[in-house]
Formats: sequence, structure tokens, C-alpha cells
Amino acid sequence: MSELLTYLAGRAVDGLITTGSQWDASLHFELGFAEVEAAILELGLWPARYQRNRQTISCAGQMRLLRSRVVVIGCGGLGGYIIEELARLGVGRIDAVDPDVFEEHNLNRQLLCTMANLGQHKADAAARRVGEINSAVRLVPHRTAFCAANGPELLAGATAVVDALDNLTTRLELVSLCQELGIPLVHGAIAGWYGQVATQLPGEDISRFFSGAAKGVETKLGNPSFTPALVASLQVAEVCKVILSQGGTISGRLLLCDLFNMEFDEICS
Amino acid sequence: MQITVKLFASFRDGRAPTELCDYQAGTTVGDVVADKGILLEEIGVMLLNHRHVPLDGELAEGDTLAIYPLLGGG
Repeated sequence: MSELLTYLAGRAVDGLITTGSQWDASLHFELGFAEVEAAILELGLWPARYQRNRQTISCAGQMRLLRSRVVVIGCGGLGGYIIEELARLGVGRIDAVDPDVFEEHNLNRQLLCTMANLGQHKADAAARRVGEINSAVRLVPHRTAFCAANGPELLAGATAVVDALDNLTTRLELVSLCQELGIPLVHGAIAGWYGQVATQLPGEDISRFFSGAAKGVETKLGNPSFTPALVASLQVAEVCKVILSQGGTISGRLLLCDLFNMEFDEICS
Repeated sequence: MQITVKLFASFRDGRAPTELCDYQAGTTVGDVVADKGILLEEIGVMLLNHRHVPLDGELAEGDTLAIYPLLGGG
């Protein structure tokens, strides 16, 4: 290990290790790309890809992100942006859960959906995309629908869970299971010009923000391109703070975004 | 009695965002929802003076009722 550290220290320029040097170290020492990344961060150096993270996240925080596992339930409008941002942020393992394949009506907003991958599984597209973005991130695709039966296995050991579901029935099951397992959950939902975000920390309950209906007003309003991008970004910011134990989350409140009137409201639980 | 009714997001389509309304004593949250033509299955959260309230919650002079739609898309 000390040989690796010496190797890396010798290749650092201004505290940064290029992706090329990280690959060289990976091949030379027969270590995974993520393992080399951990060694770089341990030295107090930075993989060059994260140099713009430096003013926002500490080296120890970047290591914490690398050691984290985030489960994203749903790889559609919200999930696509969430997975993209988590991978670029440097979260070491992402589990992407979605049983669906891409359809033409997903093209207006779902980041992972392209004309070339229509008919293909969303979870597989997430794995391919993350592979193109960040080799230190392992994305595990699950071509299955989250439910109360498979939930405990899917969420076991997760640092945080992200709700990118498209129905209330499953959402309530997810809320309940995260409570039971004591795993932080970041909720997001969208409909037309409107979106909402809430964070449920262990010991909290956000279920009172959701009524008993299976679907919301999105059935009438649809979903344009910009609302999922905004809400997903708010969710990832919440996940980042939860992992780093820094900053203030929306915990205990629901943030409602009205992009039509450009108004943001908060509802207390 | 006078009640301030505040509607949010899509509930503002064709309705005033904030309106001072006259209702008879004994009026419930559900009565206001019906009066405004809001479908029950579209409601996410209802707050009476910033506190969660059920449909059968009774209103009093000077109350503020806020109604938010249910957003479920992902």
C-alpha cells in the first residue's frame, strides 16, 4: 500500500491526480479504480475530476461519498437526473431500481432516455450512463419494481434512499420501510409546473404529506423537462448533506415548488 | 363567518389564489373543498391555520384554510 501511496504522491500536480494516472495506478497495482480513488483521498489529494468539488466538499467528505451507497427507487424523470448527479458527485455505489423500459413519451424529460435506447430497460441505461461518467462509481441495476417484499433486501446497508417513484401506493410502502430500517429517505414528486421535496430522517414520518390516492394531479398535468431536473437536484443536495452530516436539510417540512408562479412554499409536518 | 381560502399550484387554475369567503357557522373543510369544485382525490395537504386538518374539521371566524394538490409523478 505504501508503494501505491508513493506512486500517487509522485504523480500529484497541485494536489490533483489525473484520471490517466489513476488508471495507470489501477493497472500497475492491480487494484480497482475506486480503491485507487480511496488511496488518493487518503493522501489528502484529489482525483482531478473533483477539483471543482474542492471548495464545497472536504477531502474527508469526498471519501465519505465514495464509501456511501445510495438506492434510487425509480429511473424515470427524477431518477435519471438523480443518478447522473450522484455519479458525478462521486457516490461510490448506486442501486437503480426500475422494472420499466423506455417508451417514446419518456423522451421529453427523462435524461437517460434516448432515441437509440427506446425499448431498453431504464436500470440498464443507468448502468451504461454511469459507466461513461465515473469509473469509481458502481451502479447496480435492478430490473424490478420496489415492493414491501423485496424492499428489505434492496435497501439493506444503504446510506440513503431516494424516492423517484411515480405512484403514492408504493411511496407509502417505501416511507414505512425506511422508517423501520432507520435509513434516511429523500422524497421528490412532480406534476406539470409543480414539484415537492421532503427528507425523512430516522425517527421521522413524512407520510402525512401524502393522501391515500394512488396518483396525483400529474395524470392531468403531465411532466415537462424542467420540473424533474429541478426537483432531482434538490433531492441530490439533500442526499449530499445527509451523507456528509453537514448543512441543514428540509427535514420536518415539505418544500413545494410552483414554477408557474415562481413561488416556493414550505409546509410543516 | 369570514374564512381566508388559499389555493396552491394547479388549484389556482380558474380560481383565486387567495380569497376571503363568507360561510355559515358549522361549515367544514370538506364543504369548502366542495364549494371550490376541488376533487377530493386531487388533494395532497390541507392546513387550517398552518396545522394539518381532516375534511370534517370545522371552521371558525377568521380561519385560514390552505389546500395543496397531491403531486405523485416521478
